[in-house]
Amino acid sequence: MSKPRLDDATGVETVGHEWDGIEELNNPLPRWWLWSFYACIVFAIGYCVAYPAIPLLNTSTKGMLGWSSRGDLAKEMTAEGLRTASLRAELDKASIEQIAADPRLRRAAIDGGHAAFKVNCVQCHGNGAAGSAGYPNLNDDDWLWGGDVATIHQTLVDGVRQPGDDATRMSQMPAFGRDGILTAAQVQDVVSHVRVIAGEEKPSASAQRGAAIFEANCAVCHGAGGEGSRAVGAPKLADAIWLYGGDRKTLTQTITNARYGVMPAWGSRLDPVTVKMLATYVHSLGGGEEAPAPVPDIAAAAK
Amino acid sequence: MTTIVERHKTLERNVTYLGLAAFAAVIVGGIVEIAPLFWIDNTIEKVDGMRPYTPLEQAGRDIYIREGCYNCHSQMIRPFRDEVERYGHYSLAAESMYDHPFQWGSKRTGPDLARVGNRYSDEWHVQHLKDPRAVVPESIMPTYAHLAEHDLNQGDMVAELRTLYQIGVPYSQADIAKANDDLKTQADPAADATDLIKRYPKAQARDFDGDPARLTEMDALVAYLQMLGTLVDVNAPAAQETLAKEKGR
Repeated sequence: MSKPRLDDATGVETVGHEWDGIEELNNPLPRWWLWSFYACIVFAIGYCVAYPAIPLLNTSTKGMLGWSSRGDLAKEMTAEGLRTASLRAELDKASIEQIAADPRLRRAAIDGGHAAFKVNCVQCHGNGAAGSAGYPNLNDDDWLWGGDVATIHQTLVDGVRQPGDDATRMSQMPAFGRDGILTAAQVQDVVSHVRVIAGEEKPSASAQRGAAIFEANCAVCHGAGGEGSRAVGAPKLADAIWLYGGDRKTLTQTITNARYGVMPAWGSRLDPVTVKMLATYVHSLGGGEEAPAPVPDIAAAAK
Repeated sequence: MTTIVERHKTLERNVTYLGLAAFAAVIVGGIVEIAPLFWIDNTIEKVDGMRPYTPLEQAGRDIYIREGCYNCHSQMIRPFRDEVERYGHYSLAAESMYDHPFQWGSKRTGPDLARVGNRYSDEWHVQHLKDPRAVVPESIMPTYAHLAEHDLNQGDMVAELRTLYQIGVPYSQADIAKANDDLKTQADPAADATDLIKRYPKAQARDFDGDPARLTEMDALVAYLQMLGTLVDVNAPAAQETLAKEKGR
């Protein structure tokens, strides 16, 4: 190691080492860099004082500001709760029909329902509420159990075939093939007939045979002309809207093994206001129906 | 002053000294940052309801890890309003205390699954795993239809539970001894699961994949998904009290 010496060209001292004639000048650190460095140290000390930082035996220092991520969240949720509290109280007091009749409440309920739908419903009914195989489309006016706002609300509260809910919407189509009520050939005839009344197939001998079987076995729920029945959630068959699919294979599967679609009872999972908002939102999607004239009767019939 | 600078030069120019000094610095940093996690209350809190995984859930968890579900799904709800409103109550440290390895994270190509249990029906899960697009048209998740076709490779759950016991998961002797039977019992609707549920509270015993005759990988994975986040009742008064006490986080 050579001794530090003054560099001839710049007059700056060298650090005193030299490799193959290359030496290093001992220039001081730039001032701006040094002051930024000191500022960072001061900031770090201040941060440790203000915020939770230093671990102790059972806990850590809490910091002068008393900040915590959970506290922060609680504050934010409380603020949001207060912001919407008066509106929610109004929605809570109003009946589902009153909400539908009041444009201001209806608007608020639709907004809230839209948000709640995104969290709780899109997984089955789809982002645009268009449904998918086994999960009804909520945009159209083809309702299984009824499309006025009170009926939708009732379906939401108690669900469909939800185990453990006595008021849930309940019905069970027999498994015509599996339980041996119809033979495989008869099932095919019924498939033909159903596709004929749905306008998917031309009349055939098979469909004619199926018509008689349909009359005896299916018409009691689905109606003589396949118009369906909302009292038992029996889908309308005389249209091109299918819950599980209208091709021969799917229909054979449906008639052979029956279906048992379940919707959760949201009344036990969400608060009443959110359920009301959801009902209003779903009703607003395009297929919502006017409540039939005698409202109290509908409420009674829904139960 | 000069002497310290001179001594530091010795350190800088001697790779062995430098290595040792750097190692010492890393150890100090490590102790300060990592060690307190083993004794600070809010990282070792106990909460009511936590129990080790049943053998079937554990097998499902193994499949979850094998299939790389963690590459897109985290299991940690952070205490932010947007996450709490979408996924549910934020995760507690104790809720992953029996996870080896834990599934925390914030990289979410898919949604967080920390509280997905009991949110959807078994049928939904099976349908969604077989063909995600069938229920979520915009989903980019791969299909996992093969899970329903493969019988669960039952292996030796006794050995797996014993291994977990050795790294600190408190399985009882009975749990370990009956592990292979428990695995089958939980997915068999015909079997009596009373004893299983007594040893594993809140365990859900039923056929999960819609095919009661077989025990498939789908059974195990759905059983695991259906229990995620269901053990601790975060909204129970007791849990709320514990949380109120430890706001310092």
